[in-house]
Amino acid sequence: MTPAPSTTDQTPGHSTPLVEARHISQSYHKDSSADLLVLDDVNLTLNAGEIVGLLGRSGSGKSTLLRILAGLLEPTSGEVLWKGEPLKGPADGIAMVFQSFALFPWMTVEENVALGLDAKGIRGEERDRLVESVIELIGLGGYENAWPKELSGGMQQRTGLARALVVHPDLLLMDEPFSALDVLTAENLRTDLVELWSEKKLPVQAMLVVTHNIEEAVLICDRIMIFSSNPGRIAHVLTVPFAHPRDREDPAFRQFVDHIYALMTQRAPIVSEADLATGVKPAAQPAPAFVALPLVSITMMIGMMEALAAPPLNGRADLPMLAEKLQLELDDLFPLGESLELLGLAELEDGDILLTNEGVHFVLSDLEERKAIMSHALLHHVPLVKMICTVLDERPSHSTNAERFREELEEGMSPDYARQTLQTVIGWARFAELFDFDEEGDRFYLEDDGAE
Amino acid sequence: MTAARTDFSYSSQNSSTRLPFRHLTAADAVLSICVVGLAVLAGTSVGPLLGPLVPPDLPPLHLGLLWLPDYALRTSLRMLAALAVSLIFTFAYATLAAKSRRAARILVPLLDIFQSIPVLGFLAFTVTFFLGVFPGQVMGAELAAVFTVFTSQAWRMASGMYQSLRSVPAELEEAARGFGLTAWQKFWRLEVPCAIPALVWNAMMSMAGGWFVLVYAEAVTVGNRAIMVPGIGSYVALAARQRDSLAVLAGLIAMLAVILVYEQVLFRPLTVWASRFRLETGVQDEGMAEPWVLRALRRTRILRVSIDALLSATGKIGSLPLGRRQGRGQKTPAAASNTVLECLWWGVLGLVFLSALEQTLRYGLSAYTAGQIGHVVVAGFYTLLRVLGMLCLASLIWVPVGVWLGLDPVRARRAYKIVQFCAAFPANLFFPVVAAGVLYFHLSPDFWLTPLVMLGAQWYILFTVIEGASSFPPALLEVGQNFEVKGALWWRRIILPGIIPYYLTGVLAASGAAWNAALAAESVQWGTETLKAHGLGAYIAQSTAEGNMSDVALGVVVMALFVLILNWLVWRPLSDYAHRRLKLS
Repeated sequence: MTPAPSTTDQTPGHSTPLVEARHISQSYHKDSSADLLVLDDVNLTLNAGEIVGLLGRSGSGKSTLLRILAGLLEPTSGEVLWKGEPLKGPADGIAMVFQSFALFPWMTVEENVALGLDAKGIRGEERDRLVESVIELIGLGGYENAWPKELSGGMQQRTGLARALVVHPDLLLMDEPFSALDVLTAENLRTDLVELWSEKKLPVQAMLVVTHNIEEAVLICDRIMIFSSNPGRIAHVLTVPFAHPRDREDPAFRQFVDHIYALMTQRAPIVSEADLATGVKPAAQPAPAFVALPLVSITMMIGMMEALAAPPLNGRADLPMLAEKLQLELDDLFPLGESLELLGLAELEDGDILLTNEGVHFVLSDLEERKAIMSHALLHHVPLVKMICTVLDERPSHSTNAERFREELEEGMSPDYARQTLQTVIGWARFAELFDFDEEGDRFYLEDDGAE
Repeated sequence: MTAARTDFSYSSQNSSTRLPFRHLTAADAVLSICVVGLAVLAGTSVGPLLGPLVPPDLPPLHLGLLWLPDYALRTSLRMLAALAVSLIFTFAYATLAAKSRRAARILVPLLDIFQSIPVLGFLAFTVTFFLGVFPGQVMGAELAAVFTVFTSQAWRMASGMYQSLRSVPAELEEAARGFGLTAWQKFWRLEVPCAIPALVWNAMMSMAGGWFVLVYAEAVTVGNRAIMVPGIGSYVALAARQRDSLAVLAGLIAMLAVILVYEQVLFRPLTVWASRFRLETGVQDEGMAEPWVLRALRRTRILRVSIDALLSATGKIGSLPLGRRQGRGQKTPAAASNTVLECLWWGVLGLVFLSALEQTLRYGLSAYTAGQIGHVVVAGFYTLLRVLGMLCLASLIWVPVGVWLGLDPVRARRAYKIVQFCAAFPANLFFPVVAAGVLYFHLSPDFWLTPLVMLGAQWYILFTVIEGASSFPPALLEVGQNFEVKGALWWRRIILPGIIPYYLTGVLAASGAAWNAALAAESVQWGTETLKAHGLGAYIAQSTAEGNMSDVALGVVVMALFVLILNWLVWRPLSDYAHRRLKLS
């Protein structure tokens, strides 16, 4: 399915690499249980002259990896070589662009841009010359004396870019640089950046872009590393065979994007991004281990199933197309699809999603029947729901403390994921009228003449 | 509507940081005892070293109106000095607490404890100390007054700055490190700017208490010696002593003028300037007109040049490459050395605690009888009754008024400014007037002095209720109108739940201020007569006047305990609940 690599000049793997990350692992300490592994044995090499993309879902550790490469974070194990030397802290030749722009609100555009020069002690005429030339290059001329809050998002991110470029870094790191912008602005800035790069006007040798947007990665990058989640690992490395500027309507381009969707849904973990239990201890049998659930609301699942069942799709859809049609980001689409798969209402296959018979039945039913189907699906496919219901049935009071379930979940996942999982389960169970939850008392309980 | 929004967004942003939710922990109790123990140690060891209290040769005060501008100037300069000292203290204290996790464990709860000590009770010690160090010198009395004001401002400012240092946005912090700023550069270019809005806001808010304390501290009687530092406070006190109503009035007007000048020349320009350092983007402050002082600064060449020079000098100092470049995020140091240090740390702390406990017990047993302590605690309950009663009364009056004012943006904006002004005015200047009335009509001081504890504190309640009502979502009000929800139901189901989180913040502040005011309110002088109401405030005031330090200490500790326990058992849990359940996000 992969198009054959064409013979562009940007093939990696010659001369000394700019950055080399070896066996990087990163885990967060938890006071109580085992450490949570965020990155697991990641190896990466970056050469001069290429744009590399780190593609993955939120929580896959790609931003953490970027911070390790920037020298902002020390990896738990493994090492980073910067031009052959071990990296210890922020290095001179590495500059970073942030998702939230990270501009200092009390500095003007010019002062923000000059920050790196000030820190280096570059003053006077040289500072002014460097600042002025990068401001012109990046299209900020005329905005020098504006405060960041006066600028649109696009102009703010241009300022962030100029601030990174003014120090003439060898490596430019970008952490989801366009994801906080609207579609048009993002497109405009992305095109400008790629244009400057291909015209070799950017004072950088290589760029590393973190993104969760598949199309964006294919538009910009020469090489794409696809991250799998929990713990973060590089699952696939793809070389993008197209020359700049790239045309997203080109069939070969579309096919490449499709291919990445297929790779990212292939062998997908039964549950979402947060499935730590299976990641850390793959040996454990599926029954007892609770899986983390993403924050997916019942209305989103119903909306998705109804869209799938409706005429143009008739039960089966191509994921990239569906994402565009429903205007869903990757981080919404995958958790949604995987939740449906978990409940046996849909299946993911080769970058496609298709409704199961149960799913079709659900869409055709009325509200009462839908609740019954959902309750059946929850009891059969979500062990946590089954367990809560059993406990509630056994108790004469038909009520039980939520804390014990939270604790049990925390054995296999972080407290944040445990909270999120409970929240999702409560939302689903309320729809199915299986049980209710009292927030103030932190208790699950059955309504007086409760379900079943 | 939007105009009103922007006006309040500034304050409401900070009101959330104003009240960090902490609950009673063992550390708080341990620290309280350590503080008391150290105070006892300091008192018993420093006390004898100090000479007898020699009042300084202060120039006699005059009630002539021509003297008043001079006194007003002196009062304002004292306040400025106290602000400067508080600022320096805040920088040192908050920075230390934010940089060192270990230090924070002590310094942060300590702020809570200090904030609940009634500042006016402190006065006896500061006067004794400073007059002991500078016997018979004006300097001693001046320093005592300034230091007392400092103690009323510093804790709040320090805790505000600590909060903002701890909440520097992660990405800005990473940008600063990524671009190679040194620790010194990062402090001045990132952390201090982040703290500026909170600093200005807290300084402004603590002015209210500051003026109250300052005018009180200008005329104190310690150990039967009256110490009158020339200023508005002493002017009014003297006028009251001589039953000169006209002079009292003149003093009040002078105070009003001083506060106006402070607001116009210092705080309004500062607030506008500080808005540049606010972190949330997208908030437009076009609603804030440029104050005339800033305009004058910009237009007057010489002023502008000197201000620019000052700012660029600060900028230069801030960008000096002092310190090392900021490396990677700290990894927890090797476990072994960590545990050793930890053990050492807790060992030292335990030792300090035990010796403090021993000191306290020994001193307590030798200085007080059980009956005396019981008497003081009972007096505390009298004052508690006063404070709670007046809180209820003030709420009954000001909640409806505040809601009425707050729901209309124009009214809200006007009222907000007036209330801010009322809050800043030191209510204790009015006390002699009330005392005169009580004497004239032969009323019971126990009852009629009670409202005085709320005279200054009530504004906090009105203030926050207006804030809450004006930020109540208009859509919810429209729902109420749509379904014709009226009367009690409207209050109960719609507006009250919406403003309670704000109201509780106000009540917490008002309760703290009321306890402090009780010291001045339960014992008021008019002419040669001193009116007294039963209560802890009167007890402390009387012990101070008699110079009975150990009694003052007992009174202050008991009052601080009342305040702390009230905070821990009532206000904190209530606010906590309200923020969880009722906060409109």
